[in-house]
Amino acid sequence: MARTKIYVPRETAAVSVGADEVALAIAQEAKKSGTDIELIRNGSWGASWLEPLVEVEVDGTRIAYGNVAAADVASMFAADFVGGGKHERRIGPIMEIPYLMDQDRWTFWRCGLVDPLSIEDFQAHSGFKALKQAFTDGPDAVIEAVADSGLRGRGGAGFPTGIKWRTVADTDADQKYVACNADEGDSGTFSDRILMEGDPFGLIESMAIAGFAVGASVGYIYLRSEYPLAHSILARAIESARDAGWLGTNIDDSGFDFDIELHLGAGSYVCGEETAMLESLEGKKGIVRYKPPLPAHEGLFGKPTVINNVVTLASVPNIINLGGERYAGMGVNRSKGSLAFQLAGNIKRGGLVEKSFGITVRELIEDWGGGTASGRPVRAVQVGGPLGAYLTAEQLDTPLDYEAFIEIGAMIGHGGIVVFDDTVNMAQQARFAMEFCAIESCGKCTPCRIGSTRGVEVIDRMIAGEKREDNYDLLVELCDTMEDASLCAMGGMTPYPVRSVLKYFAEDFASSEDLE
Amino acid sequence: MAEIDQATTSQIVAQYGAKPELLVQILRTIVTRYGWIPETTVRQLAEELNLSRADVHGVVHYYHDFRTEEPGRHIVKICQAEACQAMGSRKLTDYARKILTVDLNETGNDVTLEPVYCLGNCACSPAVMIDGKTYGRVDEARLDVLLDNMREAG
Repeated sequence: MARTKIYVPRETAAVSVGADEVALAIAQEAKKSGTDIELIRNGSWGASWLEPLVEVEVDGTRIAYGNVAAADVASMFAADFVGGGKHERRIGPIMEIPYLMDQDRWTFWRCGLVDPLSIEDFQAHSGFKALKQAFTDGPDAVIEAVADSGLRGRGGAGFPTGIKWRTVADTDADQKYVACNADEGDSGTFSDRILMEGDPFGLIESMAIAGFAVGASVGYIYLRSEYPLAHSILARAIESARDAGWLGTNIDDSGFDFDIELHLGAGSYVCGEETAMLESLEGKKGIVRYKPPLPAHEGLFGKPTVINNVVTLASVPNIINLGGERYAGMGVNRSKGSLAFQLAGNIKRGGLVEKSFGITVRELIEDWGGGTASGRPVRAVQVGGPLGAYLTAEQLDTPLDYEAFIEIGAMIGHGGIVVFDDTVNMAQQARFAMEFCAIESCGKCTPCRIGSTRGVEVIDRMIAGEKREDNYDLLVELCDTMEDASLCAMGGMTPYPVRSVLKYFAEDFASSEDLE
Repeated sequence: MAEIDQATTSQIVAQYGAKPELLVQILRTIVTRYGWIPETTVRQLAEELNLSRADVHGVVHYYHDFRTEEPGRHIVKICQAEACQAMGSRKLTDYARKILTVDLNETGNDVTLEPVYCLGNCACSPAVMIDGKTYGRVDEARLDVLLDNMREAG
């Protein structure tokens, strides 16, 4: 009899709620009962609310068991878990879970499905197919496909990827670089992490394609230090790719050389800003650079550098495999394709949902998320990380479309959606936006460095009920200054959440004296 | 945690080819192993990498991860960012301060308590990192258990 395959994710969210202990218990129970199993530590499907989500393969179908604790394992084995037997943790076939079934998985399709550290499994699931195709088609055709797809930077800025690649390709230099921004610092976001932990070879292939397209032989991954598990998985995958000849010289007899260096950050949020990231990669303080020159012309060590977010890069192989037009056929208006939205905070069914642009925030929060975890009404939703505006419950019907969000003074950013119930104090959230900017500002420009500290002070005075109207005007003026005069998005967009609170949640500034 | 000795510092520098552009990675390696960067190490790194002391000092003080004081035997980080705030991290932090009898960014009874701004575990908030391992869905009762386990582990 063939060995039964059992999947237990090795992914931060799953491990953070006991997946390692579950895996150990399964191995022990199988040994005790003399059951021959193959334990595979897969990535996460993104249904974080069900973690640890264990699967057993029965007649080619993977049967899911959700929220499994180590203490459940003995009773699961007693209930013929290995044969997909009934148990209170049993959900049913993984592909029939509506949360996963109703997604548009373009970029994350291998996450959960494969063994992240098996290069054979990766290749059995179209791995390196796009890279080989790129070698056949040539760099121009690759850039054209990316441009045709309408893919825009998924890190937050939404700049067209095809234009960026074309600029680097057209710049002559003896050395060029690919820099992958994996400094996913926005609260409420974890899609980069799920991809790196669940499909590291997919990222490696994507970076090699980018390098081939623009003429770069060296790639850097700048990974935040808060992701130790992603670090160990990526490091092992890079090593395996080198051993198998998919990194190094003359990859797959193409004459193309490419290798990847994995660098760790050191807890600075602003290093997610692309030029601060370059400084940090050069071993310096992560201080934002003036632009121009654009990194595409003078980037890392002064050389032309294509800087892309993890998800942007990982969207490319299927654009080559399936065609740019097909990607462009998904989404709405100028927001083409899909985005991996991340449902976080006070939400019943948190996790990653890859959907075409155009879906509304309400659909995601209600249909996928199932409302708040507390069961109380939604009061505010922050989209796009700490620099994103807070939406009111009435604004949730806004379609997720870059331009539609700009119109309401908000941004999609990296696709993080953080839900708050009606117990939230929005004055505290506005204060936190300024406080976070004060803590994380790189200090180069005055509006951000000083403005954020003054912002905290002004908000504190408002909360204390001191000259509320004067301080309100002062805060609006401060927001104007920061927005107009800061060097990068840190100072320039911190006013977004603050203004949204002033506009829609001003009642939370009322102190007890005011209410009297 | 111990203080890094001179020979080990030199070894780590050599492991990175004594390249000044790898300063952040060198400091990273030291802080992962020893928990902090003493002033004597700053001087030694400046010398061995042919940088000014001001350069090295600047980098060390810029990044939150590069502690310049010796931490406790255990490091407990509690996420202070929005997704965790939405699930009660402010209250959880107050509780941790009370039971550990230390404030944020302080060390006492062998434990250093630190804020962290997002562990990327936002669908399982609130999140806590203890000695480099991330935990999700942490309420007060679970924090008690995690801290007991931490003490038991030594």
